[in-house]
Amino acid sequence: MIADDDEKWLAAATAAVKQNAFYMQRAIDSNNLKDALKFSAQMLGELRTSKLSPHKYYELYIRASDELRSLEMFFRDETALGCSIAELYELVQHAGNILPRLYLLCTIGSVYIKSKDVTAKDILKDLVEMCRAVQHPLRGLFLRSYLAQVTRDKLPSIGSEVEGDTETHMDALEFVLQNFTEMNKLWVRMQHQGPTREKEKREKERNELRDLVGKNLHILGQLEGVDLVVYRDTVLPRILEQVVNCKDELAQCYLMDCIIQVFPDDFHLQTLDVLLGACPQLQPSVDIKTVLSGLMERLSNYAASSVEALPNFLQVDAFSKLNHAIGKVVEAQVDLPASASVTLYLFLLKFTLHVHSDRLDYVDQVLGSCVSQLSATGKLCDDKASKQIVAFLSAPLEKFNDVVTILKLTNYPRVMEYLDNDTNKAMAIIIIQSILKNDTRIATADEVDAMFELIKGLIKDFDGLADNDEIDEEDFQEEQNSVARLVHFLYNDDPEEMSKIIFRIRKHILTGGPKRLPLTIPPLVFSALKLVRRMRGGDENPFGDDTSTPQKILQLLTETVEVLSDVSASELALRLYLQCAQAANDCELETVAYEFFTKAYLLYEEEISDSKAQVTALRLIIGTLQRMRVFNVENRDILTHKATGYSAKLLKKPDQCRAVYECAHLYWAEEGENLKDGERVVLCLKRAQKIADAVQKMANASRGASSTGSVSLYVELLNKYLYFLEKGNPQVTGETIQSLAELIRSETKKAESGAGTFITSTLRYMEFQRQQEDGGMSEKYQKIKMEWFE
Amino acid sequence: MVLVLALGDLHVPHRAADLPPKFKSMLVPGKIQHIICTGNLCIKEIHDYLKTICPDLHIARGEFDEDARYPETKILTIGQFKLGLCHGHQVIPWGDLDSLAMLQRQLDVDILVTGHTHQFTAYKHEGGVVINPGSATGAYSSINQDVNPSFVLMDIDGLRVVVYVYELIDGEVKVDKIDFKKTSTSNSAP
Repeated sequence: MIADDDEKWLAAATAAVKQNAFYMQRAIDSNNLKDALKFSAQMLGELRTSKLSPHKYYELYIRASDELRSLEMFFRDETALGCSIAELYELVQHAGNILPRLYLLCTIGSVYIKSKDVTAKDILKDLVEMCRAVQHPLRGLFLRSYLAQVTRDKLPSIGSEVEGDTETHMDALEFVLQNFTEMNKLWVRMQHQGPTREKEKREKERNELRDLVGKNLHILGQLEGVDLVVYRDTVLPRILEQVVNCKDELAQCYLMDCIIQVFPDDFHLQTLDVLLGACPQLQPSVDIKTVLSGLMERLSNYAASSVEALPNFLQVDAFSKLNHAIGKVVEAQVDLPASASVTLYLFLLKFTLHVHSDRLDYVDQVLGSCVSQLSATGKLCDDKASKQIVAFLSAPLEKFNDVVTILKLTNYPRVMEYLDNDTNKAMAIIIIQSILKNDTRIATADEVDAMFELIKGLIKDFDGLADNDEIDEEDFQEEQNSVARLVHFLYNDDPEEMSKIIFRIRKHILTGGPKRLPLTIPPLVFSALKLVRRMRGGDENPFGDDTSTPQKILQLLTETVEVLSDVSASELALRLYLQCAQAANDCELETVAYEFFTKAYLLYEEEISDSKAQVTALRLIIGTLQRMRVFNVENRDILTHKATGYSAKLLKKPDQCRAVYECAHLYWAEEGENLKDGERVVLCLKRAQKIADAVQKMANASRGASSTGSVSLYVELLNKYLYFLEKGNPQVTGETIQSLAELIRSETKKAESGAGTFITSTLRYMEFQRQQEDGGMSEKYQKIKMEWFE
Repeated sequence: MVLVLALGDLHVPHRAADLPPKFKSMLVPGKIQHIICTGNLCIKEIHDYLKTICPDLHIARGEFDEDARYPETKILTIGQFKLGLCHGHQVIPWGDLDSLAMLQRQLDVDILVTGHTHQFTAYKHEGGVVINPGSATGAYSSINQDVNPSFVLMDIDGLRVVVYVYELIDGEVKVDKIDFKKTSTSNSAP
């Protein structure tokens, strides 16, 4: 209802304005000064209303002030006027009501200034004082706004054509400052008009008007002659005086922000004391953190954009002043929520990173202040605050792109302590990702310790965390894989230091528990094996630490891989033992290698029960053993014998056959004469054939179930015989091969499915070898009579 | 022209953190028609990454692979060529050319792609061509003392395959190429 009325009154007032403007224009066109004045006064009389809301009053005001422009043009032409501007100035002072009179005076006054018949100073002073007559807040504000607007291009400022000297500059300055002061007083007074229950409404209305007041500061910012000295000695103190003394929360908040945005950054830098000094004097309800954040952000951007300004920051000791000011604010505002104080520190941190990126001690100081603040609240459950802390911790990460620098900040891990568990882990992942992305090397044992301190949320369970807490399986795996990837960046070229690093990594990883170890131990093992290989290549260091020998590392690995079998990761443990055995072999450490094999065999016998797993595990054992050169005859025999035994005991006969014939390779190695035992090779192959025979028998009995399958075994064996024939095993004779080939032929005939491609390609290969021009090979093949194969 | 990427033995995260950045920037999605992977990725993240480069992904099982469902061997036909895929830890002695030739006869393929040794090889023998793309991350190997990151790109065109090998040596990517030609469309007599 009230809104409707508002509209109605505005419509009525606007109509009146329009009408009077029309007549005024007509009077202007016929150079009728008297009538022009009469109708303009009537038009302006509409602005005397108290019925409109600020928003609607503004619309009316715009209308009216627009129309005044043609009046202003009229006033400029003295011949048209028929009198001098000075006379006009006098004349108008006799107009009826105050408000129209003052609007007209301002209009005329601005023209008067331009005429240069009188000093601008006098007129401006006159006008700004006279406007005091209107003490109604809303009307007064708009009147003074009009004054500012209409005099603006008459002041010596950027973009105006007015020139002046220092004196004129100071006069203009004085004028604007006074207008500003009066406007602010009026604006503040609005707060106290009307009943208390309408307080919110009034504040909203006041907010709509705030730019009217702020405009003055903009004008000040544009004035000529407002250099640093003038700003520091006159402008800022006067503005702050008004801001502090008005004791109005809304005004203080807005104006502080205005000051920061309007005036140049190097001004702020040089007057930091004064500006910050005003803060504690403001009303307690003022949101200081927004003010300070705004200031710090501006200063950060300033530092980022102009390198030449950086020394000034140091000169005025900006950091300590800001740090101190924030400390005071946080101290004073006891109810400040955690997210708010962290935001403050975040801005200070960004400032520090921009301005003093070489001063790690400053950065650490900011982190420390944040920690002190947080210690009052304890671990955060507040999402907003957690997000802010992550932003807080990410800022130095992104700035330095070097986690090693972060490790030097003693307060960094302490801040992390205040995050809830999930956010802590997320932050740890962010840190690891920074390392991966920037290829950061963490090169000393102590840095490794510091690193693990930071990511301890990933490394082990938090205190008091029950096992059945909800952990997403996939997320968990990804986390641990991140930790695994990290291990490869913990590296030093120096074997001694690297050795220490290995020991430290192990120490931390072993606290992880059964779910983590299978994911984190393998990278540690391989990192250690790389070290062993390097140690082998380097010179013996007689003064070296006891830990930096291959033996010591391999010993450590034994103890480490053992842990895996305790947490049911036996297949993995077996593979790792075999890897270690090979490394020991390369270091010529026979006992150590034997030890690893023993452990692997034990796992095979006791822990690996799935038949498929056994087949693979046994393959790996045979493949590894086949490459070992470090064993003496006895040891080798023992291990080979066992392997062959396992082979014969696999669950499925075809698997047995294959494993046994693979064992033949254990008796034949390319280097070394004493590793070529032709007889044992053939024994193996014959044994395998017996198993194949058994398979064939079963297949025939069950009527062609997988007859091609078992024929395949024979073909595989045939190929193995050919292999050893080519290698020059004297025990492999033409006859042996022939009879096997015969067997294959007859078995293939029995099965109606025809010869598989394997036999065809084998025969083709045999023929190819026979035709070889290199006599040795073809000789061997010619020993085999193959005429009966069509 | 069909482009086939052959790579394997990445061993992420056990032995390496990731593929070298220079390789990653070369492996752009949409350029490759097939990926043949010799195994030992070892984790799902690598599987997913390879899928983004090309959805037609074939993997054979390595002994450290997390996913137990990859097959021990795989045979596929691309154009005029039959390709066989096997990680290679199953073939003893490891890296032995004659033993690999036996596997190739058994699978009856023109090209056998295999890994495990972390050593690039490409050679022709009586039964066809054997290609080992090496380790794409340059991962530690107990078999090979000096491993450089490497992978292979095969360009299959009719009866001809050009094998490009990319190796990262001292921070620079070096390329080499080898030509192979099939003599007829089928290897074995009916």
